[in-house]
Amino acid sequence: MYIRTQMGHQDKKTTTKASATERVQLGLAKRRRKEERFRKLSFAAVLLSIGFLVLLFASIISNGWPAFQRTDILLDVHFDQKVLDVNSLVNANYGKLVKQAMRDVFPEVTSRRDKRELYRLVSSGASYELQKMVTADPTLIGKTVSLWLPADDLTDMLMKGKIDRSLPEAERPISNKQIQWIDQLIAQKRLKKNFNTTFFQAGDSREPELSGIKGALTGSLFTLLVTLVLSFPVAVAAAIYLEEFAPKNKWTDLVEVNINNLAAVPSIVFGLLGLAVFLNFFGMPRSSPLVGGMVLSLMTLPTIIIASRASLKAVPPSIREAALGVGASKMQTVFHHVIPLAMPGMMTGTIIGLSQALGETAPLLMIGMVAFIVDVPGSVTDPATVLPVQIFLWADSPERAFVERTSAAILVLLMFLISMNGVAIYLRRKFERRW
Amino acid sequence: MSTFYIPVALLILSSLAYWQGREKAFALTAQARQGNGRRLHSRPVYYGLMTAFWCGAPGMLLYLFWLAASDRILTGLVLHILPENMQNLPEDRLNLILNDLHNLIAGHAAPGDIDPAMQAAVDFYHHLESLSSVALALVILAGSIAAFALVYRRIQPALRARNHVERLVYYMLISCSTLAIFCTVGIVLSVLFESIRFFQHVSVPDFLFGLKWSPQMALRADQAGSSGSFGAVPVMAGTFMITAIAMFVAVPVGLLSAVYLSEYAGKTFRALVKPLLEILAGIPTVVYGFFAALVVAPFIRQTGTFIGLDVSSESALAAGLVMGIMIIPFVSSLSDDVINAVPQALRDGSYGLGATKNETIMQVVLPAALPGIVGGVLLAVSRAIGETMIVVMAAGLSARLTANPLEAVTTVTVQIVTLLVGDQEFDSPKTMAAFALGLLLFIITLILNVIALHIVRKYREEYE
Repeated sequence: MYIRTQMGHQDKKTTTKASATERVQLGLAKRRRKEERFRKLSFAAVLLSIGFLVLLFASIISNGWPAFQRTDILLDVHFDQKVLDVNSLVNANYGKLVKQAMRDVFPEVTSRRDKRELYRLVSSGASYELQKMVTADPTLIGKTVSLWLPADDLTDMLMKGKIDRSLPEAERPISNKQIQWIDQLIAQKRLKKNFNTTFFQAGDSREPELSGIKGALTGSLFTLLVTLVLSFPVAVAAAIYLEEFAPKNKWTDLVEVNINNLAAVPSIVFGLLGLAVFLNFFGMPRSSPLVGGMVLSLMTLPTIIIASRASLKAVPPSIREAALGVGASKMQTVFHHVIPLAMPGMMTGTIIGLSQALGETAPLLMIGMVAFIVDVPGSVTDPATVLPVQIFLWADSPERAFVERTSAAILVLLMFLISMNGVAIYLRRKFERRW
Repeated sequence: MSTFYIPVALLILSSLAYWQGREKAFALTAQARQGNGRRLHSRPVYYGLMTAFWCGAPGMLLYLFWLAASDRILTGLVLHILPENMQNLPEDRLNLILNDLHNLIAGHAAPGDIDPAMQAAVDFYHHLESLSSVALALVILAGSIAAFALVYRRIQPALRARNHVERLVYYMLISCSTLAIFCTVGIVLSVLFESIRFFQHVSVPDFLFGLKWSPQMALRADQAGSSGSFGAVPVMAGTFMITAIAMFVAVPVGLLSAVYLSEYAGKTFRALVKPLLEILAGIPTVVYGFFAALVVAPFIRQTGTFIGLDVSSESALAAGLVMGIMIIPFVSSLSDDVINAVPQALRDGSYGLGATKNETIMQVVLPAALPGIVGGVLLAVSRAIGETMIVVMAAGLSARLTANPLEAVTTVTVQIVTLLVGDQEFDSPKTMAAFALGLLLFIITLILNVIALHIVRKYREEYE
């Protein structure tokens, strides 16, 4: 009875075994095809994400690159004594000088309407430049000087080929006559593309050709400074406490859960906090880098705390035991031995946290850093804007010329971010120690 | 009058105190060496630190407190000298006057006829300000010097300076670590406080289940559409639609990239691609927003018109797509971690049974990693819901209840930004509605985060 069943069992096994091998063999090609398909599919996913990255960079670089050049017009400006009243050089009508110089180039333009269109080829900033020159050097009065003055953004766009000449006149922002004049100027070699220094030396402006990122960069710098000063010591202290001193109890758990949650709270909620607490309750100055830095430091705290804890955890216990063994107190062990070893990791975490803060926009909109501010801020309590917010503001502007300035500002921002992350990676590589 | 010199003076005093305290400790050590007196309990540095702390810290705290509170206190005092009829005004009028007063004090008021009473108040304010800053400086400096003298006298060989300093440092560390809690409490309170005021105007069910969102309030009661309606459903629907589109892009692409990088890719390829994905993660969201508005939205609209569809220029699709791109690296790096945490033994067992790589991944690795992946995806969802700049720049403003991704929809974050950016008065339901939306956003993301972190943590414990 027993043998029979065993025999039967064996029988069954051999038959299934044979057919199973067959079946495996049969299905093998299909399974391999499936395998190949899956491998290709997942590779395509990787390619797709890299493709997005390339597309993003390509579109921003191609849009932003021209903004580093600006079109200037060569004009022979006669500093007319009649126009420039020596008593108030600041308030003199410098626009008149520019207009006169334009008329000198095109003596054939006579009608009022045409003249107005002609003047529009030069930037309104040209007269400010003359003002600056004359107030700096009053001996210029009465002389005639050939000067490169900024052209209007539409002239600039046409020079860079951003305005389609083949469009009918009504759909173009620039008229046929203006195009004709510009061509004449080109023929006379009076139009030239120069490196756009204004972009790095000016604050915001309503005129694209006069706007720059210096105000926003300074604002970003002040904001980051406040963030660094506030968040680094506090975050490192919190990390040291949690990693080295905190007893394992409910309170410590609560703090830890809190920090992890704060890291995932949407940034705009921090903006609401800044608005309600710092601005409305404490009455701190609106739009100031001080408040911006405070809000951003609350946001970067969790990042730095988590990174610092990881680097403290990486210091082997033998270091602590050795220090304690020769009679150091717990505090001395931590401050004299553990922290110096964990410092590179903490700095890396701080730089990464700061680079996040540098790119952050939403909470700063809440605390009024979105205002139109022309002046370059001089202290942390002056109204200011930051680079990402400037990008947001320019992206909203209707002028075609602001598109390329937005992209150029993005390039500057990305350059800063990449170099900060580069420093972080360098620090990590240089000081990384495997125990 | 600027009080900036106070912290500088405190810093200098405190350094002097450090030096003096240490000098005294050195002197005592020298005495002990010569046989007169005991050896010091701690190293001289600690005596210096202790003196410096008590000389500098209390004064600094007082100074910071004054910075935060001086304006309130002074304004309160100035109020009393305003004429009776001004003091008895209703609160909102009084606030207006206070605003004017502040403008005058800061010196940027319109030149013109200034009410003599106001001018008197401003002069009084300036008077009080200069008086108080002198008093503050005197109190702080005198206090610091007194504290220094006290501690300096206490420096004796028996004084346990190290224990003292270490205890101070310990308390400082604790207070820094509890700051995170204060931050959370601050967020909750600030959002809650305004929300409660909002819910006095609009009932909670109306807010949560109302189908119409148009927060514009008319100025006069008889104007058309005089009461704004605050039904959050269309706003939430828009948020979830954009989030869903983003997840539809990010989860498959991110997960498959993670699978390829951790299971198929060679070492060099992995070392090359991972930093690239990290760059994608590090790009500021405002850049994505610009990209969405400049490249993706026009592209989708043109494609739409080409195949005969009517696509809005601020379609949910464009915003969702770009948000998906933003979240790809987030999903892929979290899934990568989780997939790597699956023990190799599970894979080896599967290969041993003759499974192909694909079968191993689909039937062994991914099911084993599923809880962690779900946690990661939940975190990504919470991030997508809270994402602001992309939708502000690429999604619309009008709240519409629609299921068509080609139409413009609005999101919670967009509404918060549009309601709060610019000059606002802080007692209109319009601005308070933004805080109510903020509360909603905070609660939703908090729940998602707590669940996600719990799942991830539990999963991690399983394989450790």
